[in-house]
Amino acid sequence: MGYVEDLNDARTKLADFFSILVRGEEVKAKIHVTLKQGILDPQGKAIEHALDSLGFKNVGHVRVGKYLELDVNETDRVKADAKVKAMCEKLLANTIIEEYRYELAG
Amino acid sequence: MKIGVVVFPGSNCDHDCEHIFKDVLGQYVEMIWHKETLLAGLDAIVLPGGFSYGDYLRTGAIARFSPVMGAVKEFAKKGGMVLGICNGFQILLEAGLLPGAMLRNRSLHFICKDVSVKVENAATAFTSAYESGQVLKIPIAHADGNYYTDPVTLAAMQANAQIVLRYCTPEGKITPEANPNGSLDNIAGIINAEGNVLGMMPHPERCAEAVLGNDDGKLIFLSMLESLKGNKKELKMVGAG
Repeated sequence: MGYVEDLNDARTKLADFFSILVRGEEVKAKIHVTLKQGILDPQGKAIEHALDSLGFKNVGHVRVGKYLELDVNETDRVKADAKVKAMCEKLLANTIIEEYRYELAG
Repeated sequence: MKIGVVVFPGSNCDHDCEHIFKDVLGQYVEMIWHKETLLAGLDAIVLPGGFSYGDYLRTGAIARFSPVMGAVKEFAKKGGMVLGICNGFQILLEAGLLPGAMLRNRSLHFICKDVSVKVENAATAFTSAYESGQVLKIPIAHADGNYYTDPVTLAAMQANAQIVLRYCTPEGKITPEANPNGSLDNIAGIINAEGNVLGMMPHPERCAEAVLGNDDGKLIFLSMLESLKGNKKELKMVGAG
């Protein structure tokens, strides 16, 4: 069994290696979505009070957000950037109340 | 009348809405699975409450891309009546059929209780059976009902009397204490500028039968039927002329 698993593992690694050679490296995105400044963040406020009661005095402006990671299915960084921006505008953030920022890697 | 009730994965007030229209008010109801793309022969559409798509990402954020929503938008654009209750209201906001967005309740709690709500505009197709200024006892059940919009939009809605329902004291006073969730301007329900799309956080379908102890919500549905009858007459007159 061990031999078969090793063989399958080697096959997967080889396939990955060749696909990168052919397609270039896939771009990954790391996206942060938070409430806009000036919009009350009730979760942030609750955490601020909890921190205070734990002795972390004067901690301020706690903002809670969402963190998303995804494979963009794109090797061209300019195209990937446009795609991620569109994703944020269309679905990942509600720009009435939220703002977003992202990093591209790969 | 033929009322369509949309069923999203996670809707849980769909059958209550069906029950009110069908069993209490004697109308024909069609349940519409969210994968439908054609809505034919309907007089009004209800987006019911619930937790569509588990409220993932944001309430209503994924449901608004359901196949049926294209047809709902078309229906609304042509002047069709659309009522969104609770999660249905949240979906209407995400879909851009109503202005604004929902934030987490100020208290962070899921609130499930009767509240007092004032009918601020009784001249709409959804509230015409009420008296202006009437105070309703009506339940809310949500974690994200803290309505927000930018000051310009708020001012425009105030000027157009688009703020139809507001949280109040049982005596009808609009106070911060009577605001259960932190909603801007005590907003509980709003209507679009054209007057054919209403979104409300309280659940009228949960208080529409006297036998259950409260029927304050029933007049929302009766108002809809009355105005649909009116519309039909108008349409007939146009046809005859």
